[in-house]
Amino acid sequence: MLDGLTAKLGGALGLFKGQRELTDANIEEGLAAVRQALLEADVHFKVARDFVESVRTRALGAGRIQDKSVSASDQFVHAVHRELVELMGPEDAKLVFASNGPTVILMAGLQGAGKTTTCAKLAKHLVTKLGKRPLLVAADIKRPAAVEQLRVLGRQLDLPVYHEDGLEPPVLCERGLKEAIRTGRDVVILDTAGRLHVDDELMEELAAIAKRTKPHNQVLVVDAMTGQDAVRSAESFHRKLALTGVVLTKLDGDARGGAALSLKAVTGRPILFAGVGEKIDDLDAFSAERMAGRILGMGDVVGLVETAQAKIDEGEAQAQFEKMVMGTFTIEDMLAQLRMIQNLGPMKKVLGMMPGMGDALKNVDMDDKHIKRIEALCTSMTVKERLQPDLLDMSRRRRIARGAGQDVADVNALLKSYKGMKQMMKQMNKMGLGAAMGGKAKRQALAGMSPTGELSGDFGGPGLMGRLGGAAKGLGGAAKGLGSLVGLGGGGGLPEGFDPSMLGGGGGAGGSGGARRPQPARDKSKEKAKRKQKQKNRKKR
Amino acid sequence: MGLFDRLKQRLGKTRSAIGDGLSALFRGGRPMDEQLLDELEEMLYGSDLGPLATDLVDDLKRRFKRGELKTEDDLRATLRERLVGELGEAGEITLTAKPHVVLVVGVNGSGKTTTIAKLARRFREQGHSVLIGACDTFRAAAADQLEVWAERTGAAIVRKTEGADPAAVAFDTVDRAARENFDVVLVDTAGRLHTQTNLMAELEKIRRVIAKRLDGAPHSVLLVLDGTNGQNAIAQAKLFTASVEVTGLAVTKLDGTARGGAVFAIRREIGLPVQYIGTGERAELLEAFEPGAFADAILSSAGSSETAR
Ligand SMILES: Nc1nc2c(ncn2[C@@H]2O[C@H](COP(=O)(O)OP(=O)(O)OP(=O)(O)O)[C@@H](O)[C@H]2O)c(=O)[nH]1
Ligand SMILES: Nc1nc2c(ncn2[C@@H]2O[C@H](COP(=O)(O)OP(=O)(O)O)[C@@H](O)[C@H]2O)c(=O)[nH]1
Ligand SMILES: [Mg+2]
Ligand SMILES: [Mg+2]
Repeated sequence: MLDGLTAKLGGALGLFKGQRELTDANIEEGLAAVRQALLEADVHFKVARDFVESVRTRALGAGRIQDKSVSASDQFVHAVHRELVELMGPEDAKLVFASNGPTVILMAGLQGAGKTTTCAKLAKHLVTKLGKRPLLVAADIKRPAAVEQLRVLGRQLDLPVYHEDGLEPPVLCERGLKEAIRTGRDVVILDTAGRLHVDDELMEELAAIAKRTKPHNQVLVVDAMTGQDAVRSAESFHRKLALTGVVLTKLDGDARGGAALSLKAVTGRPILFAGVGEKIDDLDAFSAERMAGRILGMGDVVGLVETAQAKIDEGEAQAQFEKMVMGTFTIEDMLAQLRMIQNLGPMKKVLGMMPGMGDALKNVDMDDKHIKRIEALCTSMTVKERLQPDLLDMSRRRRIARGAGQDVADVNALLKSYKGMKQMMKQMNKMGLGAAMGGKAKRQALAGMSPTGELSGDFGGPGLMGRLGGAAKGLGGAAKGLGSLVGLGGGGGLPEGFDPSMLGGGGGAGGSGGARRPQPARDKSKEKAKRKQKQKNRKKR
Repeated sequence: MGLFDRLKQRLGKTRSAIGDGLSALFRGGRPMDEQLLDELEEMLYGSDLGPLATDLVDDLKRRFKRGELKTEDDLRATLRERLVGELGEAGEITLTAKPHVVLVVGVNGSGKTTTIAKLARRFREQGHSVLIGACDTFRAAAADQLEVWAERTGAAIVRKTEGADPAAVAFDTVDRAARENFDVVLVDTAGRLHTQTNLMAELEKIRRVIAKRLDGAPHSVLLVLDGTNGQNAIAQAKLFTASVEVTGLAVTKLDGTARGGAVFAIRREIGLPVQYIGTGERAELLEAFEPGAFADAILSSAGSSETAR
């Protein structure tokens, strides 16, 4: 599934067989492949059908790419991707703020979608990024302990939570708004009970809440794992509420998230944020670009498109660039990648499923101890050696082994792994997948190094990764490429701000490996000690 | 009232306007042809059947060409038979030990805690004593939520402070059940995405600890799937099974318009049977799974999807 589209479209062996022109005839198979990918990603079948038609128009219509040097495959991928990104945008959609009085944000959605958690995340975002003073209103009087859940989150955030027993939700919300005015809060976030769109009574209740509080933002919270039903429920919520935006949750998993496309198609409203974990900080800005790659099950489509784009923009320069980059896959790159793959856990499995990758990875032992030993060997090398492994003759190898307290055989094994990895990179490039590692990712990778290959990172951190800073930072790009390649992490890539230089410090970055860590307690009250204990306990998770 | 009736009742309005999904295809005396079957395929996709929809319809097309399918009734009967065949027989959890330990797992928000409440009610009604273990020590107020349900259903509960080691709670629960001769133990766990290796390892530990305290336990491992989920449910089933040997499924939130069609692929690929269906938030809204009624719900929902855009 993962490699479906990629394998079909990519390279000279793909559907378009190196043809230079897109035609009515050769586009059919490509469109069928895209439709299949969309359906597998849970895009609603009608939305998928419409989408495919739009791609056809774009690819063959007036706006088609005229440049004959761009292959049919690249033209096609470009059309698919642009269409998807445009449909999914805009990315810079913002919450609306009231010109006077408190801003009201109504959160609605199905049961278990993530509303309460998202309320807390949003509150934190508003406090830290925009200096707001939100009030949370607990208006879910259905689910047992729902009020308590929000109160616990409110305490973690040091924010007030309004609730009064015995009130119907519309009245409760209206009082909440008054409370906000009275206490000088500038945002009110209404956490409502989960409801199915077929539940008329509860849908009416939602309308009543909206009528009384006149929310500036009416946000639908949707689970990224939602299937075809996303269309039906979003339609109903939109009809009842006139939504202003959507938050997509649980994107830290491996759901392809086709619901995002369905939602956009049905409501026309922007996706405001992406939920990428259970912690209060796990809220990302939405990226249409990453979402597009994720839905197509080919994060690398971004890379492919970039390659296509680059060919259009830069022509020959791109090829030169690729060659140069391939020459700079160094031992440091390998180390950083091993760490990254190790940290992502299931990623090895996922990568292993891709044609050609399984074998390449087999030779790469990725357990902790092994990586420690590689690290030791690397520190024993000079920077120059790390960047140009060809220099490593016998005498250098002996010196390195001694320095690391290991045998020459270990150095040889390291070099063998290195060659295996390099081979793998080549293979990826051949498959067209390399584009994920190429294009932007590689440009970013290069940005971490000066043209002479000297390290230029500004990482003051101690330890090996501090020293490897430049390369590691560069690989951030590559890491993102890989992340989006397998559809892991936030919105298809790794979460924004993911910094592989953290990997050396053992920080569990990345959606898939991240431990559940508590919110930092910043409360001075007497509960502080208690919370600290809790924090300790939770760390054990 | 069975599942199908309940669903029909719930969907009354949509249904009467459009009619049964299959009938809609044949509206206006339209004869069966390939295009009609293509539309049927899309409708089946609409119930989250995924690629299986294509498989099924390809088979129907073959039968059509052989002249075996002519009328709406032929089609309905054949499709129903295929769907039911895919699902196979399944039964509810049968108590095989005392205490019989049921470990309940699933992704975030799928309905684990509520399903535990429903199971507790069911077992209590059958006259069994029930002990619930509140092993979700992570999510805010998770144990409070469970405690409310325990009270309402007349089950006993073991809980610790938020942040406690979930495996320790599991151990204490099974330990108490064994000592105090409970009939059934229901272990609630925190929601976790199947891709989170460390949290899956935590689940494995819970399982190990239970087995250590009581030979042969857990006797059932119930994976709770959100019925509104699409193809991702398959990945959930695979990885949870790989980690804690799931023995059966509960599919929740089928009181809406979602049909949980991913369970077909799960049955086919992993062999996991559906045991329960959740049709609402209250504790009595749990049904034992019936393949026939489930297939009927899929058939009738096909086509009731409104237009996108
Ligand atoms: N309509 C409907 N709602 C359900 C059903 N089962 C559970 N819910 C609701 O779904 C929401 C989540 O259910 P929970 O039981 O808390 O889910 P959980 O899996 O324990 O959630 P976490 O522990 O947070 O991962 C609650 O609002 C439940 O009332 C069902 O069959 N139908
Ligand atoms: N992994 C993950 N879990 C989430 C996310 N958002 C919410 N959750 C979890 O999903 C479950 C349901 O969330 P909750 O906020 O209670 O949903 P509500 O019923 O809509 O209010 C809880 O276990 C949350 O911790 C997310 O972005 N990622
Ligand atoms: Mg809630
Ligand atoms: Mg729960």
